[in-house]
Amino acid sequence: MTESTQIPHEVHSEHHQEVSFWRRYVFSQDHKVIGIQYGLTSLVFLLFGFSLMMLMRWQLAFPGRSLPLIGKLIGETFMPGGVMVPEFYNQLGAMHGTIMVFLGVVPLSVGAFGNYFVPLQIGAPDMAFPKLNMASYWAYFVGGVTMLASFFVPGGAANSGWTSYPPLADIATTGQTVWLFGMVCLITSSLLGSVNFIVTIVQLRAKGLTFMRLPFFVWAQFVTSFLLLLAFPPLEAAGVLQLMDRLVGTSFFLPSGLVISGQPLAVSGGGSPLLWQHLFWFLAHPEVYVLILPAMGIVAEIIANNTRKPLWGYRSIVYSAVFLGFMSFMVWAHHMFLTGMGTAISTFFQTTTMIISIPSVIIISSLVISLWGGSIRFTTPMLFALAFLPMFGIGGLTGLPLGLATSDIHLHDTYYVIGHFHYIVAPGTILALFAGIYHWFPKITGRKMNDTLGRIHFWGTFVCMNVIFMPMFIQGLAGVSRRLYDGGAQYAHAQGVLQWNVVMSVGAWVMFVFQLPFIYNLFRSIKKGQKVPENPWGATTLEWAAPSPPPHGNFVTLPEVYRGPYEYSVPGEARDFTPQHQQPAGA
Amino acid sequence: MQIPYTSTARPDTGLYNAKLGVWLFLASEVMLFGALFSTYVLLRVGAAVWPHGADILNVPLATVNTMILIGSSVTMVMSWASLMMGKFGRFRLYMGVTILLGFMFLGIKSVEYGAKFEHHLYPGNSTFLAIYFALTGLHGLHVIGGMIVNAYLWVTGSRMWKSDPQRFTNRVEVAGLYWHFVDLVWIFLFPLLYLL
Repeated sequence: MTESTQIPHEVHSEHHQEVSFWRRYVFSQDHKVIGIQYGLTSLVFLLFGFSLMMLMRWQLAFPGRSLPLIGKLIGETFMPGGVMVPEFYNQLGAMHGTIMVFLGVVPLSVGAFGNYFVPLQIGAPDMAFPKLNMASYWAYFVGGVTMLASFFVPGGAANSGWTSYPPLADIATTGQTVWLFGMVCLITSSLLGSVNFIVTIVQLRAKGLTFMRLPFFVWAQFVTSFLLLLAFPPLEAAGVLQLMDRLVGTSFFLPSGLVISGQPLAVSGGGSPLLWQHLFWFLAHPEVYVLILPAMGIVAEIIANNTRKPLWGYRSIVYSAVFLGFMSFMVWAHHMFLTGMGTAISTFFQTTTMIISIPSVIIISSLVISLWGGSIRFTTPMLFALAFLPMFGIGGLTGLPLGLATSDIHLHDTYYVIGHFHYIVAPGTILALFAGIYHWFPKITGRKMNDTLGRIHFWGTFVCMNVIFMPMFIQGLAGVSRRLYDGGAQYAHAQGVLQWNVVMSVGAWVMFVFQLPFIYNLFRSIKKGQKVPENPWGATTLEWAAPSPPPHGNFVTLPEVYRGPYEYSVPGEARDFTPQHQQPAGA
Repeated sequence: MQIPYTSTARPDTGLYNAKLGVWLFLASEVMLFGALFSTYVLLRVGAAVWPHGADILNVPLATVNTMILIGSSVTMVMSWASLMMGKFGRFRLYMGVTILLGFMFLGIKSVEYGAKFEHHLYPGNSTFLAIYFALTGLHGLHVIGGMIVNAYLWVTGSRMWKSDPQRFTNRVEVAGLYWHFVDLVWIFLFPLLYLL
C-alpha cells in the first residue's frame, strides 16, 4: 500500500447530485468549502486593510498635500480637495488594525488553513460540527460587513484606535458603536470555530494518530483554539460594558469628574479606564500568539518537507507551544507599564514576559536547527518559510526591550512598537501565510502555482517589508510618537528622521505592485496551473493521501496511522519520505 | 459521509462530540462571567462608597428566584433521567416544568427590574446599579437562551426520540449541562449583588 491509494470519485458523486448551488458553494457545511470561503474573504480584507494603510502613508510622507485621483474619489467629507482630515486619518488607523487582525490574519490562518487542513491532517471526514462551522463563517462575514458599513455612518468608522481605549472610545462618534457590534459578531464566530477545532482534534483523529504523532500544524491550531476560546470572552464582556457606557449611560470606564471641551460630562462616574485596558489586553495578548502560532505551524510543515529531514526537536516544539499558550494568559499587563499600575505589578509582568520568550526561542531555534544538514529544496513556499525565520527573529528580539518596564518607558507608543509587532505579524505571519498558500494550493486545486511569478512575489514582498518596517525602529528610537497625523513634521524629536517617512511610504506602494503577480497567479493557476499528482511535494502527512482536490468526505476509507508526522529520509526506505499511513514493512 | 462519535463515546476519550463541545463552551462562559465578576471587584475596590446590596435590591424576591432556579435544575436532571429509563412521557412532564420554572424566574426578575425603573434607578445612576444590570441582564439572556433550547427539545423531541433515542438523550444531557451552569452563575450572583 502506497500513498497513492486512489479513492474512486464515483463513490462520492451521489452526495453532490441533490445538492443545490447555494448549499454547495454558499451555505456549505463542507469544511473545505468553508475554508476556501474564509480564505478568499480574508484575502480581500487583507488587501483592503493594506489599502487603508497605503492611504495613511500618503499623509505621513506628504502631510497636507493633495492626493491626486484617489483623493477625489474618497470625497469631500474625508478628503476635502484631496487632503486628508485628521478625523479620517484616525479612522484609517483604527480600522487598519481591526481589519488586519480580526478580519484578515486570524481568519486566514485559523479559519482558512485550519478549516481546510486540520480535518485532512488528522484523517477526519469533516469537522465535528459542520453546521457550527458554517455559522462561524457567516458570523465572521456579518461582522466584516458591519465593520465596512461603519465607514458610512455619521462621523465615519471607529476612530479610537484598534484598542478602543476609553474614555475616548466612550465618547467617540457612532462608528464606535458599530465597531462594538461588529466585534461581538467576530467573537461569536471565533468562539464557534474554536470549540469546533478542539472537539475535532480530540475526537476525530484517525486510528493510530496519537497526540504525539500529530503534525505540528495541528498542534499549533489546537493551542490557538484554546487561546481563542478562553481569551475572547473577556473582550466580549468588555465590549458589552462599553456598549452600555455608550448606549445606556453607565460609567464602567468613565472616571468621576471627567471634563470634555470645558464641559463636565453628565454621567455618574466612578468607573475605571484601566479596567478596559485590563480586559482588552487579557484578550489581545493571547491574540498575538493566535496570530503567530498557526504561522509557526505552517512554517514547520514546509521546512520539514523541503529539507527532507525530520523536524528537529518535535517534542520540544510541541511542549513549547503548549507552554506558550498557557503563559500567554499571564503577560497582558506588559502593554500597560506606563499606566501607573505600580512597580510591583510591573515587575511581575516583566518577569512573566521574559519567561514567555523562552518557548518562542525554543520553537524558532528548533526550526533553524532543522535546516542543518538538510538537502534544502528552494521551492517558492520554502523561500517564504525561510524568510519567516529571520523576520520573526527580528520581531521577537526587538520585543525584549519593550517587555522590560525600564526601557519601555522610552519606547512606549513610539514607532519602535509599530516596527516590533509588524515584524511579527507582517513579515512574519503574512510571509508564512503566503508560504502556506503556495504549499497547499496543489492540494486544493490539483494544480501548482507558477514558480516564476511566485519568486517575483517573494523577493518583492520580502525586500519591501523590510524597507517599510526597518526605518520604524530608527524613528522610534529617536522618540517619534506613533500617533502623529503629520508623520512628525511638527515634532521636535522627528526632525532628524523625517526623511524615512517617504522611504517607508514608497516601500508600501511598491509592495502593493508586487502583490499583483500573486493575485494574478492565484486566479490563473486555478484553471491554467501545471497539473500535479496528489502528493507533488513528496510529503508525509495525511492530507497528501487524499485526492486533489479532496472529495466530499475527504477519504473513502478513513486512513490509519502507523508513524510520526515527519519521517523523511528514513534509512532503509526506498523513498526519502515515509507517509504516516504507510504500513510498516512487517505488517 | 458520517461523522464519528456523534452519539457514541470515543473509547479513548470517553466522550461523544457534543459533550466535549458543551464543556468547552462552558469554559468560555466561565471566562465571560469571570471578566464581569472581576469588573465588579475592580469597581468596588476603587469606589469611595459602595451601597449594601440589600438596601437597594429586593432580597426576598431574589431568594425565591434562587429556589426556583435550583428547582429547575432538579427537574432538568429528572427529565434526562427519565429518558435514560426510556420514559418519554415523564421527560415531557419534567422538561415542561423546567421551562415553566424558567418563565417564573424571568417573571419575578422583570417585576424586580420594573420596581427599579419605577423608583428611577437606572444603570446610569451608579456603578453598582450598572454592574447589577449588566450581570443580571446577561444572566437573564442566558436563561432565555436555555429556555429556547429546552422548548425546542420539548416540542420536537418525539421525532428524534423515535429515530435516534441515544442521540436525543445526549442532547438533553448537553442542554442540561448548560442549564446547570446558568443556575450556578446565579448562585454566585445572588450573594455577590444582594447580600454582600
